[in-house]
Amino acid sequence: MYKIAVIGRPETVIGFKALGLETFSAADAAEACEALDFLTEEGSQYAIIYIEESFAEKLCKNIERYKDSPTPAIIVIPGRDGSTGMGLSALNSAVERAVGINILDKE
Amino acid sequence: MASTAIIPTRMVLNQLKNRLKTARRGHKLLKDKRDELMRQFMDVIKQNKELRVKVENGLTAAFGSLQVASSIMSPEILEQSLLYPRQSVELDIRYRNIMSVDVPEYSFRTKSNDPSEIYPYGFAQTSGELDDALEQMAAVFEDMLKLAEVEKTMQLLAEEIEKTRRRVNALEYSTIPELEKNIKYITMKLEENENSTKVRLMKVKDMVLQKAHNYS
Repeated sequence: MYKIAVIGRPETVIGFKALGLETFSAADAAEACEALDFLTEEGSQYAIIYIEESFAEKLCKNIERYKDSPTPAIIVIPGRDGSTGMGLSALNSAVERAVGINILDKE
Repeated sequence: MASTAIIPTRMVLNQLKNRLKTARRGHKLLKDKRDELMRQFMDVIKQNKELRVKVENGLTAAFGSLQVASSIMSPEILEQSLLYPRQSVELDIRYRNIMSVDVPEYSFRTKSNDPSEIYPYGFAQTSGELDDALEQMAAVFEDMLKLAEVEKTMQLLAEEIEKTRRRVNALEYSTIPELEKNIKYITMKLEENENSTKVRLMKVKDMVLQKAHNYS
């Protein structure tokens, strides 16, 4: 049985807590990094990790590592201040990786 | 050039011919695989884009409501009321096979089926805005799960496509031309040998005949 975790600022994660997700609040990127390391430990039960964009930006390298493994799925979510478009840029980079060029901009 | 290293014999020629045949077949298969993966990938991307926009809008709206709620209620009460959740979510993963790529499929189960379980507080001390915010969150959550699934699928497919594309290109532009070149080299070399043998034999025959009959 797997679990879902959310990493973000305290005011972001509070709402997810009520939904029954496990939340890990972090004040800065270093704390978020710690939480991420804990969640991705060997034999961890967390299959999906939602992480706030502002932290994800700084932890790009750590997140990249799990891109090619089936678990965990690390998904960026917008923070309180709204979306910075990081999610969509991740999509574009995946397209670029697969196709060789970005074919989405033409649309 | 690799042709300097190969020995021009019939055995090597046969080996190379077999390898070329295998390479051609592999190339065709991998090309088909790549095309199919690409088709799937395009579907996934479209889905991902839609979901991403939907989730981001939904979350932004929910955070907005939460902001309103937190401005109406005191932060202590807000924190208290959400301190201990009543609901908990468990996740099941099954794997689906797309062209030999295992992609996850999530299905979640909540501890209780009552949708009102997401409100872990009494309604007396909290504002209605908080209820709204949580309701919006709950509505977005299903899409968030779907997004996780689709995004992971996309990443895994992207990796596989990249790999397959490289293999196809390596076969098409490096392995197959090289094999063809080597085969050509051996065939020409063998022909040359044959010719020189033939000429030598004719020469020897002439000499032998001259000796026997004293032809001039």
